[in-house]
Amino acid sequence: MSGHSTFEPQNGFLKWMESRLPIAGLVHSSFIAYPVPKNLNYYWTFGAILAVCLVAQIVTGIVLVMHYAPNTALAFASVEHIMRDVKWGWLLRYMHANGASMFFIAVYIHIFRGLYYGSYKAPREVVWILGVVIFLLMMATGFMGYVLPWGQMSFWGATVITNLFSAFPYVGDMIVTLLWGGFSVDNPTLNRFFSLHYLLPFMLVGVVALHIWAFHVVGNNNPTGVEVKDSKDTVPFTPYYTVKDIFAAVVFLVFFAWMMFMVPNFMGHPDNYVPADPLVTPPHIVPEWYFLPFYAILRAIPDKLGGVLAMFGAIAVLFVLPWLDTSKVRSMNYRPLGRQFFWIFVVVCIGLGYLGGKPAEGGYILWARIFTVYYFAYFLVILPVLGFIEKPKPLPASINEAVLAKHGASAAAEAKA
Amino acid sequence: MITLTKNAVRALVVAGALAVSSAGAMASGEGGHHYVKQDWSFAGPFGKFDKAQLQRGFKIYREVCSSCHSMDYVAFRNLGQDGALGFTEDEVKAIAAEYEVEDGPNADGDMFTRPGKPFDHIPSPFPNVEAAAAANGGKAPPDLSLIAKARAASVGPDVGIEVFNDILRLIWHPLTTYQEYGPDYIFALLTSYEETPEDLKEVVGDKYYNPAFGSGVAIGMAPPLSDELVEYTDGTPMTTEQYARDVTAFLMWAAEPKLEERKHVGVNSLIFLVVLSFLLFFTKRKLWSGVKH
Repeated sequence: MSGHSTFEPQNGFLKWMESRLPIAGLVHSSFIAYPVPKNLNYYWTFGAILAVCLVAQIVTGIVLVMHYAPNTALAFASVEHIMRDVKWGWLLRYMHANGASMFFIAVYIHIFRGLYYGSYKAPREVVWILGVVIFLLMMATGFMGYVLPWGQMSFWGATVITNLFSAFPYVGDMIVTLLWGGFSVDNPTLNRFFSLHYLLPFMLVGVVALHIWAFHVVGNNNPTGVEVKDSKDTVPFTPYYTVKDIFAAVVFLVFFAWMMFMVPNFMGHPDNYVPADPLVTPPHIVPEWYFLPFYAILRAIPDKLGGVLAMFGAIAVLFVLPWLDTSKVRSMNYRPLGRQFFWIFVVVCIGLGYLGGKPAEGGYILWARIFTVYYFAYFLVILPVLGFIEKPKPLPASINEAVLAKHGASAAAEAKA
Repeated sequence: MITLTKNAVRALVVAGALAVSSAGAMASGEGGHHYVKQDWSFAGPFGKFDKAQLQRGFKIYREVCSSCHSMDYVAFRNLGQDGALGFTEDEVKAIAAEYEVEDGPNADGDMFTRPGKPFDHIPSPFPNVEAAAAANGGKAPPDLSLIAKARAASVGPDVGIEVFNDILRLIWHPLTTYQEYGPDYIFALLTSYEETPEDLKEVVGDKYYNPAFGSGVAIGMAPPLSDELVEYTDGTPMTTEQYARDVTAFLMWAAEPKLEERKHVGVNSLIFLVVLSFLLFFTKRKLWSGVKH
């Protein structure tokens, strides 16, 4: 995908194929010869980890569908059928349910890495925007997937979240009726959520392909934020980053396996083992953990429409981030002020996640409001203003120079010791 | 990398400091019962069910619980499968045959009853939810197939500040593979019935006072267990506490009959992945040794 292919087919068949459909050349230039900055740290392995997550979700999901019944009278029992009667069914279902959480853990690390190292700045705006689209599709997919087992939290989560759309003037009720396929969350809702839950992952695959294509055109960012100057700055993707990514993915799988085999229900909610009952409302309705920061923002605003707008705004603001950050320096490693505000932002996001899982009352609401203000201020005030007042540290002339400086420093330290 | 990681640690410390400063505001105190973490044979990475205990628990379910509570997702055949109660095929057949199961319609279009077969599910005490509700003060007793995963006791480190407890438990539970919050809740519920205190008589009304009950302190279920209620023939003490322990273990099995298989496969998978990750680590280090990065 990056420039002219250097691939030279070795045998007759590949030569024949390459002159008709140069797919081997495409793979070669994108994943083998593709030059990658040699100074990437382990935060850069989460792209590959996310690809593993997506494939795992699709494979387990397709097999689960072979046993699942998308009908309000059967859905809950069919999930139990998978857990009890289907060979390895418990494994598939726990892998899929925990896999969704793993997917979000990885994507949040991936997003914060992009924020820290300024990976959204020119010329990577399109890469970033496609990433936000992926994040949105993931959230829609995760939300609809959680509805499918038709437990209490499935039903009431769906009721609360779909009801949010009714806050929009004029079109709100129409949107809600369309989402429900009727006048309450019921069988038509489950059917369309199931249909979309199967569709969206394949759209995800498409957007992920665009995301990868786009960053293979502009090249990887790296911890210095300095663009690649020449071949001294890079190594070929294979074998260097294939092996590093596989290693990181397997370490991630250790964590994944620990969670899904040892505490498979830790990231779920006990109420979802109670079949959905439209007549019994659970005392605390909470969405899945990965929505909690946005849920906290929603509830922090004392007005329904305002809360909904703030919640959607919290994601919408990411789309325009490349034009909000005025600093010419990408990496926060060289931004002494920006770095501090960034880490406060991380704390605020985790804090919002915590508050989203707590009842909306008293001190919780107060803190949710303070954190919400900071969340938006970070994008709309701090990053735009910092570019003008911050004095960045001197940037290395090239990636290679930064690497040599680092090794020089450690070599000098060793010599002293 | 090192700066980023160091800063990530620093950020967590700041989060902790914020938590302290907000703790006062957040001590809204839901009060709540003090649940105690129990020892279960099926806890931990190598946990296994105690078959004798499951059989005793099943006996309690049959003789006590099943007069009101259904167990829809459990079939007789499940009692004899791997990682279950340890019954032989013939024993399962004999147990199933002790139940009358409705079947039909037959060739004449009539429903009929016949002795249960291993593939039948444990029959419900009531023909439908409405009948169950009508016989139990307006609210149907919950099905028990999944109850051990559908309830939760809050157990874990307690430093007296809610935010800290939440954070500590978030780490402590997965780290210690604690997943028995359901059984701990059920055990507490079954053993916490008390005389209604004077000041709560009005609240409790004609229900029963139980401080371990998750929603309020007044539960509709009368104390189901008492000493000497169910006959044990293996010398196990016939006390309320022992009954509660045994029936809770049985309910956990009913909720997760593949628990043993899961843990067994899990430990093997983890060993495989850890070994593989070490091999990959050394491969990666060798590969990159010639490149300054």
